[in-house]
Amino acid sequence: MQPLSARRPRALPRDPAPSKWKYRYQRWMLTPGVRGLLRVGVPIALVGIIAVSWYSHDENRDMVAAKIADAKAAVQQRPEFMISEMDVIGVEEDLAASVANVLPMSFPVSSFELDLENMRKRVEALDGVRSARVRVGDAGKLIVDITQRAPVALWRDGDLLRLIDEEGVFAGFVETRSDRLDLPLIAGDGAQANIAEALALFRDAKPLQARMRGLVRMGERRWDIVLDRDQRILLPAEGAVAALDRVIVLHQARDLLDRDVAVVDMRNADRPTIRVNKEAAGALHRAGQTEADN
Amino acid sequence: MGDLYDSQRAMRNMRKAAMQRGVIAILDIGTSKIACLVLRFDGPETFRGADGVGSLAGQSSFRVIGAATTRSRGVKFGEIDAMQETERAIRTAVQAAQKMANVRVDHVIACVAGGRPKSYGLDGAVDIENGLVTDGDIGRVMAACDVPDYGAERDVLHAQPVNFALDHRTGMADPRGQIGNQLTTDMHMLTVDSTALQNIFFCIKRCDLELAGIASSAYASGISSLVEDEQELGAACIDLGGGSTGISVFMKKHMIYADAVRMGGDHVTSDISMGLSVPMATAERIKTFYGGVVATGMDDREMIEIGGDTGDYEHDRRTVSRAELIGIMRPRVEEILEEVRVRLDAAGFEHLPSQQIVLTGGASQIPGLDGLASKILGQQVRLGRPLRVQGLPQAAIGPAFSSAVGLTLFAAHPQDEWWDFEIPADNYSGRSLKKAVKWFKDNW
Repeated sequence: MQPLSARRPRALPRDPAPSKWKYRYQRWMLTPGVRGLLRVGVPIALVGIIAVSWYSHDENRDMVAAKIADAKAAVQQRPEFMISEMDVIGVEEDLAASVANVLPMSFPVSSFELDLENMRKRVEALDGVRSARVRVGDAGKLIVDITQRAPVALWRDGDLLRLIDEEGVFAGFVETRSDRLDLPLIAGDGAQANIAEALALFRDAKPLQARMRGLVRMGERRWDIVLDRDQRILLPAEGAVAALDRVIVLHQARDLLDRDVAVVDMRNADRPTIRVNKEAAGALHRAGQTEADN
Repeated sequence: MGDLYDSQRAMRNMRKAAMQRGVIAILDIGTSKIACLVLRFDGPETFRGADGVGSLAGQSSFRVIGAATTRSRGVKFGEIDAMQETERAIRTAVQAAQKMANVRVDHVIACVAGGRPKSYGLDGAVDIENGLVTDGDIGRVMAACDVPDYGAERDVLHAQPVNFALDHRTGMADPRGQIGNQLTTDMHMLTVDSTALQNIFFCIKRCDLELAGIASSAYASGISSLVEDEQELGAACIDLGGGSTGISVFMKKHMIYADAVRMGGDHVTSDISMGLSVPMATAERIKTFYGGVVATGMDDREMIEIGGDTGDYEHDRRTVSRAELIGIMRPRVEEILEEVRVRLDAAGFEHLPSQQIVLTGGASQIPGLDGLASKILGQQVRLGRPLRVQGLPQAAIGPAFSSAVGLTLFAAHPQDEWWDFEIPADNYSGRSLKKAVKWFKDNW
């Protein structure tokens, strides 16, 4: 009988039997999950650890950043991407100069460094620019394509004469009224917000154009037409064009405005009122008396 | 009986789980060697239904992807004698097979060679209630078999229905769906010593493996080495192993008798060892190289160097003639075969229509054995080799591997056993809820 209590002597001929733990280890290593982990997970973890430990040194990180910056610059500084001049299209000289002022650039510059969207916003913020397109064109040109605001009226704001486009947006200054006699003049608070109505009134007032001085917004509510000889036509807040039409018809029939009339008050459509000048009123009064006397 | 029923069912479930994982191991724990085969179930036949026989006799469903053999230790007469040693040997075989297969196996089908197997023929009869035989009736007729008192220290290893008879018609393979009044069945039950079975259970558990099935090694050898017509017409498979010789008799493709003689090739070796006073290892080598059972005049002149390493020249240079060696071996082989003859006679083997005898197992490779066996067992004797299964390495196709190969077939297509059918409700012990559920199932 073999000894039961003693350890197995080491001198025995080679025993092929695996020990219990070796057997378990081999079975564990043959488990599909473990095999997959060893084949994929361990190499990935190893590479990850090496990469992280290398990257954790400051000089290595700086080196990586410098390398990346170099490579980026090498591409960005290629002559194909360089911009050497700016071309402003669609505006006159003075606006082009102010565009150049708001876009200060030192050429040549790489097109990667340009923030075109920001540039467009800056250009569009200029007075007199309705919209702008900024793009990189051929042969290293930066093209700023500008649509100008077209002024449709002059707006007297205190001492200043501003140009107003049809959206009521400020589009520049003029020195004197005589610079832009072709444009109608408007005044008063809130005039620029109702530019469309003002323009309609101007179109409607063609027969009176020779005598018209301008339109005044009264109480941010309604318009007054100011003619020469200090005549005024007071228009209602609603139906101003129709009221003006009635005045024009009256004028053409009876030469209303050629008479000595100070104010034609159309604010109440049921009861148009005329205020005559003092002398005319006196004359009228006297004429009435004379007739009565007779 | 309930306990056995449960453990066998648990093994069937384990086998099903192993089939789903696709890998199962075969462990043949013999007296002289332990063989481990790793099977992979991935062939085109894997998920096929149960009807009929598939291509390649249904063996194309699996492949042998790992095979290993190691010298057995701690096994005597096919029973585990020194558990630690056997466990180490099993670990060796399983590890090598796993390494070759490159896959981990958790489920094992094993065979038991010893344990004094004993066959019983049972029969039972029931009346069919509604004229049509159903699955439940099969279970009932099996439960109706009167089980003999096989002893407290024994367990049922196989309980296979071998025949069904419906009224006057007998020899039915499958009576389900047929009409009759009385269903009778014949069942073959094989019992072995509980301790032998329990030792194998325990040993395999200690190797971190799960037992997914257990079969008699005589049965496994029979299904692998008997060809189809032999199984159909009646044949006996004699598995001459190392420590025990298994006998299984087949008829109509069912095992109808199994037994074991507690003698085998190791006894021949120990005879040589004693007769020539040489160590067992030398005796084994002499037996394998020069052994035989029929002496001729030439054998008197053929001298065999016995060898030795005592340092005594006279002792170390001994020679023996081959005729003397045969003179030592033959009586023992004759004794084994005589014992087999006795067992076959007791089983009534001579009444079978065909009395083919197939010798297989490691000891069947003794030259001239078939001549000797035909003198003792009858005229129709042949040497059998196991069936070829896919992927089996060249080293494992010899007759010594017939029970391992038989177990692969058993793993692929196990025979229906008693525990594969539902037990009738009145046999459930105690568990009233289960009983109630079963009663509802049967009656609605």
